Amino acid sequence: MRQTRITRNILLGIENLLLHKLRSFLTMLGVVFGVGSVVAMLSVGEGASKEALSQIRKLGSTNIIVTSIKSAEEEATATTHSHISVYGLTYEDHRRMSEGFSNIRQTAPVKLMRKDSRLRERAIELRVVGTTPTWFDLVRRDIIAGRILLPQDQKNLAPVAVLTEFGARKLLATESVIGQTIRVGGDEFEVIGIVKSESGQAGNIQIPDQEIDAYIPIEVARQYFGDIFTKVTSGSFDREMVELNQIIVQVDETDHVEATAAGIERMLERFHKKKDYIVSVPLALLKQAEATKRTFNIVLGSIAGISLLVGGIGIMNIMLASVTERTREIGIRRAIGAKRRQIVFQFLIETVVLSTTGGIIGLGVGVLIPLAITYFSGMMTLLTLSGVLLPLLISMTIGIIFGLYPAMRAAKVDPIVALRHE
Amino acid sequence: MREQTLSGDHQEIVRLDNACKVYQMGAAEVRALAGITVAFKRGDFWAIMGPSGSGKSTMMNILGCLDRLTSGSYYFEGNDVSRLNDDALSEMRLRHLGFIFQSFNLIPQLTVQRNIELPLYYLGWDALQSAQRAKELAEQVALADRLHHRPSELSGGEMQRVAIARALANDPQVIFADEPTGNLDSATGAQIMEVLTKLNEEGKTIIMVTHEPDIAAYAGNRLHMIDGNIDRIEQGSHETD
Repeated sequence: MRQTRITRNILLGIENLLLHKLRSFLTMLGVVFGVGSVVAMLSVGEGASKEALSQIRKLGSTNIIVTSIKSAEEEATATTHSHISVYGLTYEDHRRMSEGFSNIRQTAPVKLMRKDSRLRERAIELRVVGTTPTWFDLVRRDIIAGRILLPQDQKNLAPVAVLTEFGARKLLATESVIGQTIRVGGDEFEVIGIVKSESGQAGNIQIPDQEIDAYIPIEVARQYFGDIFTKVTSGSFDREMVELNQIIVQVDETDHVEATAAGIERMLERFHKKKDYIVSVPLALLKQAEATKRTFNIVLGSIAGISLLVGGIGIMNIMLASVTERTREIGIRRAIGAKRRQIVFQFLIETVVLSTTGGIIGLGVGVLIPLAITYFSGMMTLLTLSGVLLPLLISMTIGIIFGLYPAMRAAKVDPIVALRHE
Repeated sequence: MREQTLSGDHQEIVRLDNACKVYQMGAAEVRALAGITVAFKRGDFWAIMGPSGSGKSTMMNILGCLDRLTSGSYYFEGNDVSRLNDDALSEMRLRHLGFIFQSFNLIPQLTVQRNIELPLYYLGWDALQSAQRAKELAEQVALADRLHHRPSELSGGEMQRVAIARALANDPQVIFADEPTGNLDSATGAQIMEVLTKLNEEGKTIIMVTHEPDIAAYAGNRLHMIDGNIDRIEQGSHETD
């Protein structure tokens, strides 16, 4: 009974709104745009922050990444031809980190170099990563085939290499590549495994692996390729001596990450004359990204709030006009026996139908916009359930809030006066 | 001037006891009803007459539970309804009263059927029953073929017949008619009065406000008002005062 009453009220409301189609449509336009922009902004914002957060997470929340950089002074003097720039992290730094901190669980030294490589007749430029078995644990890469580096490879100075999936594909080889010989620079390595590849930037930290990597034992890298690299740039040689390009440190607990990072920073400061390293903390970036997301949400929320407020005021305005216009109708209904609250309900339903319809249309618009953005710009957008339900709920609430005053006005109409109203 | 003393008689359907209605018009007080005591019997057809400003509309609003007395009492079927709140008065109108107005007061966006169904909607009838009842009522006022028309497509006489059908929908104890022929030509007015007379013959109590003696002549009883007081009462065709 009650149920059918409400349904009939809603139908009556829809009927009344359909009497003035253009007016109803224009009235709900404010809510359409309001909800549309909320949904679109939420999904774009959600997508962007999710992308950033997931990339930071890839770096590991308990990890600290120390990277060698050319210091500013070094950069300035490196113009002469036969100059060797010596900078960056050293094997000694790595030893100090792995031994001198009680909170550090494990470390992975990383030596990076670019080498022309070939697998049978297929040639490719590989980024060769000299590292230890802990590397795979720290960056959490799945093994696709074969095995990863083992401590005995390190000890035996075994010329073995692990490729990334993407790199293996580039070399036109999949699982069958395992056991084959790959030529890196002038030396031969046996391919022992393939791991999943990930790539990208997170904040300002370069993710330790790239698409086309070959992982070899660091001791082998050191023995085969040495510490001095020659870069040929537009006719001039740049010679650099870098022992380690990166040290990845894993801390036992997230609570200790920041203190340990500060400790590493202090230790490095003591042993390095120049600032030729950067200590990056993914966790700090994560926290920063989350804070940014919160701020972003607040800003979006305010903009959305304002647009919905404007939409709501538009609805209220029209409903007030409608109440005046329909004074006589209200009088008739009251004379026939409608109670005040039934009049309130009638007008409130009409406003809610109006605002909710606007909300649903706005939702459609708001869903299409991020799809278009993703289609045309490739930017990640994410439509969450709450990102859809919240604006709908808000549009209904707006109907109630902004419909209440006109509805009360309608209920206050004196039937005697209203019936004489022309 | 004559007072009726019929209290306790259950034939009595409405009764005013020293009814006063005072309006505040700026600084001045207007006594629209200046202490009226009167009772109407069930099945009567009353015409309330008087010049404009005599209080006949106020009388109608009070009896129709659209307004409340400043002082005095109003009994409906022996129950004091003069202290009821707005909701209870709405309930009175919904269950016991029917209204017919000079300007018909149909809701323009609703069809004839939906206009007739309006009281049933507030009574909580379901759609099917309401439609059935609306059809019967439309037949009763010879408008069965107009059920799906909108008021704007009807003539004045037809609109007033729709209003009568609507007033009958809740099977009221009393029908109030406020200048029911005021917007109609005399021939159509006469038709409407015949419908009302027929309803009265079938037992409905009708209270009508009019200033036209021709129209008032259809009513068995006439109450003449002046300055918020009863001027004289004519009961039946034989009785004059």
